[in-house]
Amino acid sequence: MSFDPSRRFVERNRRWHPPAFAPDYKTSVARSPRQSLVSLQHPTATELRGPTFSRADLGPHDNDLLLNYREGTPQDGLPIGERIIIFGRVVDQFAKPVPHTLVEMWQANAGGRYRHKKDQYLAPLDPNFGGVGRTLTDEQGWYRFRTIRPGPYPWPNGVNHWRPAHIHVSIMGSSLSTRLITQLYFEGDPLIPRCPIVQTLNDREAVESLTARLDLERSRPMDALAYRFDIVTRGEFQTFFESQG
Amino acid sequence: MSQLKPLSAIARAGDLMFRETPSQTAGPYVHIGLALSVAGLPQRDMEIWNQLATEEAEGERIALVGTVIDGNGDVVRDIFVEAWQANARGEYCDEYSPTNAFNGFGRAAPDVLSDGEWSFDTIKPGCVKDSRGQWMAPHVALSLFARGINLALHTRLYFEDEAQANASCPVLNAVESPQRRQTMIARRDGERHGVPCYRLDICLQGEGETVFFDF
Repeated sequence: MSFDPSRRFVERNRRWHPPAFAPDYKTSVARSPRQSLVSLQHPTATELRGPTFSRADLGPHDNDLLLNYREGTPQDGLPIGERIIIFGRVVDQFAKPVPHTLVEMWQANAGGRYRHKKDQYLAPLDPNFGGVGRTLTDEQGWYRFRTIRPGPYPWPNGVNHWRPAHIHVSIMGSSLSTRLITQLYFEGDPLIPRCPIVQTLNDREAVESLTARLDLERSRPMDALAYRFDIVTRGEFQTFFESQG
Repeated sequence: MSQLKPLSAIARAGDLMFRETPSQTAGPYVHIGLALSVAGLPQRDMEIWNQLATEEAEGERIALVGTVIDGNGDVVRDIFVEAWQANARGEYCDEYSPTNAFNGFGRAAPDVLSDGEWSFDTIKPGCVKDSRGQWMAPHVALSLFARGINLALHTRLYFEDEAQANASCPVLNAVESPQRRQTMIARRDGERHGVPCYRLDICLQGEGETVFFDF
């Protein structure tokens, strides 16, 4: 694959993203740079290229969290919780599909407990749930996971702060410039407007764009509800002028 | 285009393009999703981890190590780092495969219960030209994600024994303060597993704050 050095992406709108320093989310206070970012007016191959994973063999159940973790035998059963499908399309800002890109996700179980050494929450682990998935988008940018709806959980920010139910989502996109990690929330969750991490976003529409919508038509009758979550990566300009370069 | 309809919720009236999906912190449990061994989860068949080069890889084998320090001077033990670099010939190889002798992409995170040091086993990258044809000094792009980091922080790791190349690197020179350029230069720090080791301790905030890029 030849590299086009005139490749160019839409500038990242840093007012739309959360600021580094967001004091209501207390951990950001000591982890936010105070100096200005150094802007690269001419991004280089380092920023304009990135890893692709279409040749990396993913496991058959990597995107199926109902089946991809078992402490015992398959007879031991399925995870507890509301069976859901998370699906959507990855497109760039010009609505161009982002094909064959790596989408990764992780989440708590139905009780709001993560399978992580450091999670001490009193809700129990589920012996049939790990909480990690990954997949590649198809030719048209579509991706799909099957999982259970995660539970909300308390966290030590304020005295009584709770995270809304959420799934962490990681997207590679087509270069280092498009790399993004975000969180998916669920339509109608009353904890969304009360969460200091959600509120690091200054714009209500930004929060809306992170809210997965129930899609009854894509649900599987007698099986699983479907939630749609579309992802937009930075737009890549078409290089009209490359021949004149 | 009907398939795109729900996206209209993302575009504002009058916008000619969609808005990028906004970032949220990777949180304290990023390891479950992207660094399974650190979370205590079983490994899958293919994990993207901190060995970028095998014995067969062309180039000088090196180790990169470091810590990330917050504004209080404390080590950020739950940091998650991604590395992206050229091969020994100065070429970026996009296609990641566990069977490649060298992959330009890797991930690292300290053990959550240990000293907070991250490391990569890799090869020293070659020089790459920038988009205007000037040579950049050998470097590794590092992206930082963690609890309390709302949008990934991007920096670069350069090598102290490349003084001449560093002095003429257009990206290092894009940093106005010569003193701040030094925050991206890894120091030779003995050997690790029998290969030269370079150390870069990254400061998120305050005195000696590392340079972070916008691009």
